[in-house]
Amino acid sequence: MMHLTHHRIDVADLLAAVQAPERGGTCIFLGTVRNDADVTGIEYSAYEAMTFEEIERILSEAHERWPESQVMLQHRLGLIPVGEASIAIAAAAPHRDAAFAACRYVIEEVKQRLPIWKKELHGDGSAKWVAVHDHR
Amino acid sequence: MAKVSVLFFARYAELAGCSSSAVNLPTPATVSDVIARIREVFPGTQAMPPRPLAALNRRQVKHEAIVSEGDEVALLPPLSGG
Repeated sequence: MMHLTHHRIDVADLLAAVQAPERGGTCIFLGTVRNDADVTGIEYSAYEAMTFEEIERILSEAHERWPESQVMLQHRLGLIPVGEASIAIAAAAPHRDAAFAACRYVIEEVKQRLPIWKKELHGDGSAKWVAVHDHR
Repeated sequence: MAKVSVLFFARYAELAGCSSSAVNLPTPATVSDVIARIREVFPGTQAMPPRPLAALNRRQVKHEAIVSEGDEVALLPPLSGG
């Protein structure tokens, strides 16, 4: 599965990539574009080559920490309308603790490390680069 | 001399007016030297912070990192993925 896509994210594909009979707990995180102020959508751009390599590193770190887990993520790029997902993470493990922990680890590292940028598009036609927030 | 390619992203690409360029620097040279040259060649990039995030060959590095012929330096605005 590709880590970066310009199309709508299909959660079923992510689930299929991580689920297995021995993994009894699966956790999914979805980040969706919020309707802050008069935001109509967000244009996501990335340093794609570095983003891909960094995602591979983050996923292998998660696998080292929770060896029985399987985690997959997909980040969408391009214009994403309000309400649609920009990122999806699926983490499956034998039990729920590891699934939640691995999923949480991956999203927090993504926020810190992926060279991806957002430009908010507003209803009045204006656009602005998103400053960094650390809302959790 | 070392020829180093330079990539600009997001707001920094707007400041530079382009998304990629290249600089020739006397060796030894660092990421910091690359950025200083970029500020001369693309005056708009003087609006970048004094120490912008930088990547060398697709890994984040400090500005003291040494650059070599053929390297790729990327200047990264504050990250906002997710």
